[in-house]
Amino acid sequence: MSLKDNLHNLKEKYKGTKMAPAFNAIHTFLYLPNEVTHGGTHIKAADDLKRTMNIVIMALIPCLIFGMFNAGYQHYAAIDGSLRADVLANFFTFDNLWIGIIKVLPLVIVSYGVGLLVEFIFAVIKGHEVEEGYLVTGMLVPLIVPVDTPLWMLSVAVVFGVVIGKEVFGGTGMNILNPALTIRAFLFFAYPTWMSGDKVWVYDAVNMSEADAISGETMLGYYAKASQDLTIKGANGAADIVTTYGDRANELYSTFDKFMGFIPGSVGETSTFLILIGAAILIFTKIASWRIILSAFVGAAVMGLIFNQVVAADIITESSKFYGLMSTVWWEHLTIGGLAFGAVFMATDPVTGSQTNKGKWIYGFLIGFISIMIRVFNPAYPEGVFLAILLMNVFAPTIDHYVVQGNVKKRLNRTKVKTA
Amino acid sequence: MSKDIRIKKGLDIKLVGVAEKSTTAVSQSSIYAVKPEDFHGITPKLVAKEGAEVKAGDTLFYSKSDARILFPSPVSGIVKEVIRGARRKVLAVKIAADATQSYKDFGTKNADEMLAEEVKDHLLASGCWPFVKQRPYDVVANPNQAPKAIFISAHASAPLAADLAYTLAGKEAELQAAITAVSKLTEGLVHVSVGANSSSPLANLKGIAVHKVSGPHPSGNVGTQIAHIDPINKGEVVWVLAPQDLLVIGELLLTGKLNLTRTVALTGSQFSAPQYVTAVSGAAIADVTANNLKDDNTRIISGNVLSGKEVKMAEFLGYYDNQITAIPEGDDYEFFGWNKPIFNKISTSRALTFSWLSPNKKYDLNTNTNGEHRAFVVTGSYEEVFPLDIYPMQLLKAFMYKDLDEMEALGGYEVAPEDFALTEFVCVSKQPHQKIIREGLDLMREELG
Repeated sequence: MSLKDNLHNLKEKYKGTKMAPAFNAIHTFLYLPNEVTHGGTHIKAADDLKRTMNIVIMALIPCLIFGMFNAGYQHYAAIDGSLRADVLANFFTFDNLWIGIIKVLPLVIVSYGVGLLVEFIFAVIKGHEVEEGYLVTGMLVPLIVPVDTPLWMLSVAVVFGVVIGKEVFGGTGMNILNPALTIRAFLFFAYPTWMSGDKVWVYDAVNMSEADAISGETMLGYYAKASQDLTIKGANGAADIVTTYGDRANELYSTFDKFMGFIPGSVGETSTFLILIGAAILIFTKIASWRIILSAFVGAAVMGLIFNQVVAADIITESSKFYGLMSTVWWEHLTIGGLAFGAVFMATDPVTGSQTNKGKWIYGFLIGFISIMIRVFNPAYPEGVFLAILLMNVFAPTIDHYVVQGNVKKRLNRTKVKTA
Repeated sequence: MSKDIRIKKGLDIKLVGVAEKSTTAVSQSSIYAVKPEDFHGITPKLVAKEGAEVKAGDTLFYSKSDARILFPSPVSGIVKEVIRGARRKVLAVKIAADATQSYKDFGTKNADEMLAEEVKDHLLASGCWPFVKQRPYDVVANPNQAPKAIFISAHASAPLAADLAYTLAGKEAELQAAITAVSKLTEGLVHVSVGANSSSPLANLKGIAVHKVSGPHPSGNVGTQIAHIDPINKGEVVWVLAPQDLLVIGELLLTGKLNLTRTVALTGSQFSAPQYVTAVSGAAIADVTANNLKDDNTRIISGNVLSGKEVKMAEFLGYYDNQITAIPEGDDYEFFGWNKPIFNKISTSRALTFSWLSPNKKYDLNTNTNGEHRAFVVTGSYEEVFPLDIYPMQLLKAFMYKDLDEMEALGGYEVAPEDFALTEFVCVSKQPHQKIIREGLDLMREELG
């Protein structure tokens, strides 16, 4: 008997039992079910939810692999700054990948392990099939947390995010907030001292001494304090280097580094280049809405330009604590922090985003716009994109409501013209 | 007042098994059946008793809500059996046909000289009224209402649909008589839509507004055409007739006989010789498809693959249908079917599906659902195949949670189940759109009238 027949017999055996959803989840992973149409259309298109989710995961894989190398690279570059002189030669090394394997892979495994466990438990309790939503969430989560996130913290956050963010609303397709961002927000607000600051972005930065060339500050961290003085203790008795955070950042990271992603940050969000490749995949396969992605970038650029103008008009001066990020050139905002990753992979979640095409333009634009606003006005934790997306998740139904009302009004007017 | 209709949003599903343009007559079946469920929303009151003799055109049952609406026997013979289901619901009336058919004589009429009331009475008395359907709600028309217009779609865009230019060729006289008669039923216009490049016999009839339609399916759906020509507002009613039914009405007027013989397209990959046959409405499927099917594991559909109805060998051709489709059943597993590249199925995405590479290829699709039922997740995909000015997902959801105000406001009066066939086809979550719409329309009809 073949595997196919064996599994079919097992499915029949489990049918109607508590464990059926758990078995079916594994079965349908191996085989497209033998279900046939009843009632409505007799034929169906080739796509199902698994295929859709699978494309998103494939678009995320380059970011994951790059993130694994980058985890090692940032670690070693923090110890020996001279590595930064030739990024390309020192990036794709086995040593770097090894750090990725021991630091990033466990994040992926814990995220999927804990998250799917919760999903299976809920499926068995509530007697519905295991839905595919977590396949993408489970991949997004390790990519949007800092590399040094403790695994227990991640586990707690995943349980919270899946239960409160999704299952209490009824599971995949019913949730209001993006589950991956709910997990990220939980981490940030539950463990603020650990999740912000400059020690968590680079592997082992906590244990590095002050004498080390640099700590694990992110680009946003540098820019937020751009005009403040920074004193770096000279290594091996050399003279101290006195500079500002802004100058130091420009000295360490070129525009090329920022665009390609050779900078510290959350695991998978640093490489704008690979994110754009992911965006190209998602848009070409028609899985993600190009309207949201494009309008989010436009929104961010507009807000960046406004801030640039405010600085140019001398309304905000160097003494202001907002000066650093406000004076950051508008297009640079698009390449640093999690904006690109959020716009491409998180804002485009069809369940929590706007569902109408017109609404998607507004929704995306506001995400970009508010991201940069939060980034500038929230010096405690400059990355605003996750808060902006969560905020817009809440407003998405309202946006849709007004878009749909436009259609309703058109219909009412048609009747009025008739009766008038 | 003719208007060209160009549809951009939609999808032509190209399948293997287009009917070849040759027609053979099917040998007469021994048993025919009329199924009340073909007439949605009608509760039948039986007239014919088991064992009674009937002529073609004699009433089998009438509508409980309006005793004037009669449902005729398609053939002459003896009422053999009334099949009942749960709560004694009438499922089918079976008639054992005579070897030589005799027809009830309704008398010939000159349509030009008939008054509106005469036309209505004649259609009711002869059992032709069920051919007149109404929107909203997509049910048999209520004879007491006055429609603002009558719509006839002579452009068939559904997958493998019968070519009306072929099946109606040479029938101009009958069609004209029918059009002249039904045009008296409305103060408004009779809108007839024909394919932009077709030589439809309806295009040159008198007393109609002709519209040329182009673009992918659902351009041929009458609902699409109504939305583009004269959309239905709250409180308005339009009537809809199908061209093959006009033929029956026309013949009735000219000869006095109710002749329910139709040219039926046998389509789909499971027919060894897809072609046209002439068969009487209600004919046994086994007779119509005899010696023509490739193998047993076949889904036989009375109608097209999108909105047709599954029928078994022992069942009967639907009352309104002019097409039978046979496609393979898809009741088998497919190893890693959800993530491997797909070349032999249709998809509107490009998610490792490659039907976008060959837009003119003909596919041999089976009945597999290609995935399991899920909650609504993906957005924006329905809009690509839905040409009406309605938000499809929002309307579906309103129909699911049964908010009558929203159902009305979002365009519930303007839709029929078949308008949601393509969105159901492309639905990633495999939701039963047509069923949702049908149940919602029934609720609206019950609550709002």
